[in-house]
Amino acid sequence: MTAMIEVTDANKTFTMHLQGGIALPVVRGVTFHVEPGECVVLSGPSGAGKSSILKMIFGNYRCDSGRIGIRHRGEVIDLATAEPRQILNVRRATIGYVSQFLRAVPRVATIDVVAEPLIVNGVTRADAQARAGELLHRLNIPERLWQLPPATFSGGEQQRVNIARGFISDLPILLLDEPTASLDAANRAVVVELVAEKKHQGVAMVAIVHDDEIRHLIADRIVDVTSFAAAA
Amino acid sequence: MADQDLLETDQPLLVADTLSKSYGRIAACRDVSFSLYPGEVLAIVGESGSGKSTLLQLLSGQLAASGGQVSYRMRDGITRDLAALGEAERRLLFRTDWGFVHQDPAQGLRMAVSAGANVGERLMAVGWNNYSRIRESASDWLTRVEIDVGRIDDAPRTYSGGMRQRLQIARNLVTGPRLVFMDEPTGGLDVSVQARLLDLLRNLVAELHLAVVIVTHDLAVARLLSHRVMVMKGGRVIETGLTDQVLDDPREPYTQLLVSSILPP
Repeated sequence: MTAMIEVTDANKTFTMHLQGGIALPVVRGVTFHVEPGECVVLSGPSGAGKSSILKMIFGNYRCDSGRIGIRHRGEVIDLATAEPRQILNVRRATIGYVSQFLRAVPRVATIDVVAEPLIVNGVTRADAQARAGELLHRLNIPERLWQLPPATFSGGEQQRVNIARGFISDLPILLLDEPTASLDAANRAVVVELVAEKKHQGVAMVAIVHDDEIRHLIADRIVDVTSFAAAA
Repeated sequence: MADQDLLETDQPLLVADTLSKSYGRIAACRDVSFSLYPGEVLAIVGESGSGKSTLLQLLSGQLAASGGQVSYRMRDGITRDLAALGEAERRLLFRTDWGFVHQDPAQGLRMAVSAGANVGERLMAVGWNNYSRIRESASDWLTRVEIDVGRIDDAPRTYSGGMRQRLQIARNLVTGPRLVFMDEPTGGLDVSVQARLLDLLRNLVAELHLAVVIVTHDLAVARLLSHRVMVMKGGRVIETGLTDQVLDDPREPYTQLLVSSILPP
């Protein structure tokens, strides 16, 4: 396959043991693929399972059955059955995830939070910080905040730090969960630009975006998640 | 934390194979098997009495197993069955290639001798005899664990709880171990002190590419430090996997109970 992501017939049901073992079907028969340089947007109402699908592709949620094929260092790895250490390697070298919320590590300066994904992939601290600075600049985080840990920042600022951290990497796959949710128009435009640059570099992306205008600007293809609705 | 170079071709460092321990009719630990790779952090979680501390003692050779075995890849690359090691070999392993961080620092430190001697002692045990080099190395390690070098001649009984724990960590890491066992390392500390210690541990583990087996009942500690989690109940491993997978998508009833019992931050 040339696809970066190839999801085939993936199923997910939550079994809630604390609520008498109720089975909560989430999605069934999820099948789609993403080519390099393409941004696929998952659409569907709240609760349709969009975030769950993103988490399954990241290896954060387990699949009950089906296949999550990921092209990793030239080979295809099925994340649905991969060992934990393989999943960690895939996350380090192949898949980035930009969530809505920053899981801040105490005491780490914003510039280092953003630079970290490059440093772990062997970029020097100075170069990584320089690129982190550029991105923070573009996302309008004032320089006087860069040395502070982001834990005390406003929600919007934290989200922009998170976006900078997600977009700084050179990973070939990016998963975007509502990257523009609480941003103002100027910063939304920056995110649209960043997505366009990633496409140009051949990065495969899967995004969840509620804003119609943004969706129209970044989507190459739309996958309607309601077609994977699990019959309860 | 997915931020370390976990080479897929590495050989495991520590392998537990159907490890069991019973006290008479009570099984404290039943059929535990796993492999730990260099640079990998494994958290063992579960409530009191689940067998997690027993497992840690079995793994570190402090307790003899009733069944199964633990093997370790020594520095010369040869994998040995721990039970077959002589007492002297085992002690050397403990002083060089392994560390053990106790919940209570008083158990892992000598409280009446100076901080410098606490760190230097492990170096002397492996043959260092140049006083100024030992002191230099001790100062360096105190700095790395954020203890003011001006306190090097003070005994740890004059230290705060957080400082003692950081000193215990320095004492363990000074010989460059590849594997460190930790038993509730943040257990008795204030929340703010805990956060600082966790951050320090997280950086040291990544920087030194340490393999760690950490026992904790605190799922937040497991999330911050570990790559993989094993959930124990009644002496058995009931669920295991990537840390965020087990915590965000728990499968077993008991794991769901543990995860749902955390107060949101």
